[in-house]
Amino acid sequence: MRLAGHHRTLFKMLALSLIAVLLSGCSNNWGWYVVSPMTKSGMNNLLFLIGGLKYTLLLSVTAIMISVVVGLLVALPGLSENRALKLFNRTYVECIRAIPILVMILWVYYGLPQIADIQIGVFWAGVLALALSDSAFQAEIFRAGIQSIHRGQYEAARSISLSYTDTMRFIILPQAIKRILPALGNQLVYMLKMSSLVSVIGMQELTRRANELVVTEYRSLEIYTILIVEYLVLILIVSAGVRWLERRMRTDEGS
Amino acid sequence: MTDPASDARSAGRTAPIIELIDVNKWFEDFQALKDINLAVLPGEKLVVCGPSGSGKSTMIRCINRLERHQSGRIIVDGTELDDDEKNIRAVRQEVGMVFQQFNLFPHLTVLENLMIGPQRARKMTKAQARERAELYLERVHIPEQADKYPSQLSGGQQQRVAIARSLCMEPRIMLFDEPTSALDPEMISEVLDVMTELAESGMTMVCVTHEMGFAKRVADTMMFMDAGEIVESANPETFFGNPRTERCQRFLQQILGH
Repeated sequence: MRLAGHHRTLFKMLALSLIAVLLSGCSNNWGWYVVSPMTKSGMNNLLFLIGGLKYTLLLSVTAIMISVVVGLLVALPGLSENRALKLFNRTYVECIRAIPILVMILWVYYGLPQIADIQIGVFWAGVLALALSDSAFQAEIFRAGIQSIHRGQYEAARSISLSYTDTMRFIILPQAIKRILPALGNQLVYMLKMSSLVSVIGMQELTRRANELVVTEYRSLEIYTILIVEYLVLILIVSAGVRWLERRMRTDEGS
Repeated sequence: MTDPASDARSAGRTAPIIELIDVNKWFEDFQALKDINLAVLPGEKLVVCGPSGSGKSTMIRCINRLERHQSGRIIVDGTELDDDEKNIRAVRQEVGMVFQQFNLFPHLTVLENLMIGPQRARKMTKAQARERAELYLERVHIPEQADKYPSQLSGGQQQRVAIARSLCMEPRIMLFDEPTSALDPEMISEVLDVMTELAESGMTMVCVTHEMGFAKRVADTMMFMDAGEIVESANPETFFGNPRTERCQRFLQQILGH
């Protein structure tokens, strides 16, 4: 996989700033020993921090898969001529996106079990809250993407007697998704960052682990710096992946 | 050459395959169609012309329900078009349509463009659909373009693919909505040639076009529309040789004049 030019520049900047940070760590203000791979405890701390990556990824990817599906299901009624369906779409989007993600997480984890009489674990509460919040944005992205497809595409599909479902599945959505791919990539990046909020209910993802380590080691500067680098590397990889996918889909059309 | 349509008409026995009775349509306050009455017999070639905004496109778009008429009746191949989705899809299976802007599916190859209808709407297997697609691609003289994407083809080739896409549904009626208006002049004839061959095969055709040479060659009936009304409808000899109304005369002078 070849990285695009500006990505390589970004990686260079990242590497340079890392070196700068490490060099400044030689002064007395820094205590990199806390995460130094040279010592046993430092290595353990480092592995503990990086171990959160699994949950951050699992949380974000599960949530975005759900929110894409829910977003699409909310977007479609919004494109209908039917006023009731349109109203459902507007109400959902306006209400859900007015709720701060942190509040949504707290409400789903502490509130929902009381009204719905269900047991909900930290992971699924996090997934549900993130997915709900994101679905309103996904719905808007899908609506815009589908609306950008020319009317002639629907007419051609209808003229060969394709059903609504087939028209969407084979004609409209493949073209719409190609157009909204950059926006979907943005949402994934956003989701990876927002998953840090799930730390407040005790999810052992990147941020929670950093917090826990800070409490025992009192080295917030080093540990939070590592945390930033973790997110940075993760997100740079993800956006490089999204761009690669965009390029691939573009060449698919042969032009 | 025998002419099934006019034979049937003079004998007065064959039922029309397309029938419009007192059809009216409005776009908000604008009346696009005014009391349209029309009957097309199986095998008949009807060519519709008229100034832009005269309602000719709207009329043929009502025949496969891309536009919804507000009053009157439209009966296609024995099925009346109403709000029943099942009737609409039944009619669309029998009515192919070719658009001014081709409207090919840009994300599918030529072959896939042709196969999707038979596979999804006619429930054919992939192999059957492919066989049929190749057959009709041959029929429009571009079998070698099968694996290309629409954007890699010229306008004339794209329009021929669009014709083949409709034919793959094996419709009984073909509608053409200004099929050559978006084409560069040098590509018009390749599309008209395919349409002429189709006409010779006995297909029922309704063509909105200003290609009067083509009209003279294939039309059984010529129709002139203006301001949402059918102003004149006659066989080509009468229509071109002796138009009744002044509106039609003026229009013909304009488009035949250059």
